[in-house]
Amino acid sequence: MGIEPERLHFSWISSSEGGKFAEVATEVIEKVREVGPAKRLVKERAEVA
Amino acid sequence: MRHTDKIREIAKKILEEKSVDLVIGFKKGTLPMMTEPVTIRDAEKTEQLYWDSFCNMNLANYLPKREEKIGIIAKGCDSRNIAVHIVENQIKREQLYIIGVPCEGMVDRRKIISLLGDKEAKEVVESDGEIIVKGEGFEHALKRIDYLQDNCMRCMHRNPVIHDALVGDLVEERKEPDPYADVKDIEEMGSEEKWEFFSDLIKDCTRCYACRNACPLCYCPTCFVDESDPQWVGKSIDPTDTITFHILRAYHCAGRCTDCGACEQACPVDIEVRSFTRKLNKDVLDLYGSEAGLSIEERPPLDTYRPDDYDAFIR
Repeated sequence: MGIEPERLHFSWISSSEGGKFAEVATEVIEKVREVGPAKRLVKERAEVA
Repeated sequence: MRHTDKIREIAKKILEEKSVDLVIGFKKGTLPMMTEPVTIRDAEKTEQLYWDSFCNMNLANYLPKREEKIGIIAKGCDSRNIAVHIVENQIKREQLYIIGVPCEGMVDRRKIISLLGDKEAKEVVESDGEIIVKGEGFEHALKRIDYLQDNCMRCMHRNPVIHDALVGDLVEERKEPDPYADVKDIEEMGSEEKWEFFSDLIKDCTRCYACRNACPLCYCPTCFVDESDPQWVGKSIDPTDTITFHILRAYHCAGRCTDCGACEQACPVDIEVRSFTRKLNKDVLDLYGSEAGLSIEERPPLDTYRPDDYDAFIR
């Protein structure tokens, strides 16, 4: 599709795996920070003068 | 036209016997190369039924939640969509009398129209694998095989998979070496290139939802695009809203799409919307070895779980 692979993560986390959830969330944030702000799939609001 | 007489004969018989309440089929449209869906309840009116190479609509679209006993005309792809409906509990097999049409592909009227340029076809007739297009000051004899719809050129299931009657002999199935060569070309693009490809593909989209409406899979009482609380996707033609619609539409068809081409034929601005769904069809085939609607016995790949799943995380 052209959505950067760094922004798209999949994982299978059970409701009992709080530690894993935190780990995955941190990893996602790090990866997304590396690629910086999104330029695709961004909706600009119309500017009102 | 070929098959028309047989379709009328079968429809008349099942209506007279009262084995069905109505027959859903095609009638000739008011313009050349156009057909209309028609519902017939009276055996005397079966003369309206008609068949030619432009019966491209997927009549399975008219089945969900119907209560009557229905006779329905089905090409290979349509019959697979009927099977999908049965598996998804939208209609019962016992309610249906499926009049199967072994299909040699539908002709894409747009390919003929673009060939004519600014000239207008006044009359189009078919004979022996040829399409004769007549208009003011011209007459073309075209080979029908050169003007088939793109999905028909790649079709691997031309014969109806379920049927109660057939209007003709089964046709030979195509042995395409690689029906997904076009998808592979897109897969090989880089991320940036893919983004540009898909952005360009939908740039003319007006969000008319004709693709959704023509699709037999889209039978939700309220589609996600029409929902206002919550509003899943903006209703503008902002490119981000538009591509969100197309991505989600395709995902809702994952593991269910038969590549009947109804979406693409319905598009008023000629967007190749099958580029979205075909990738998912290919993935479902590669990952699960499954093609939609080939059987009414099997559950769809995305609602089954097997303890011997190849992926460790889910076991």
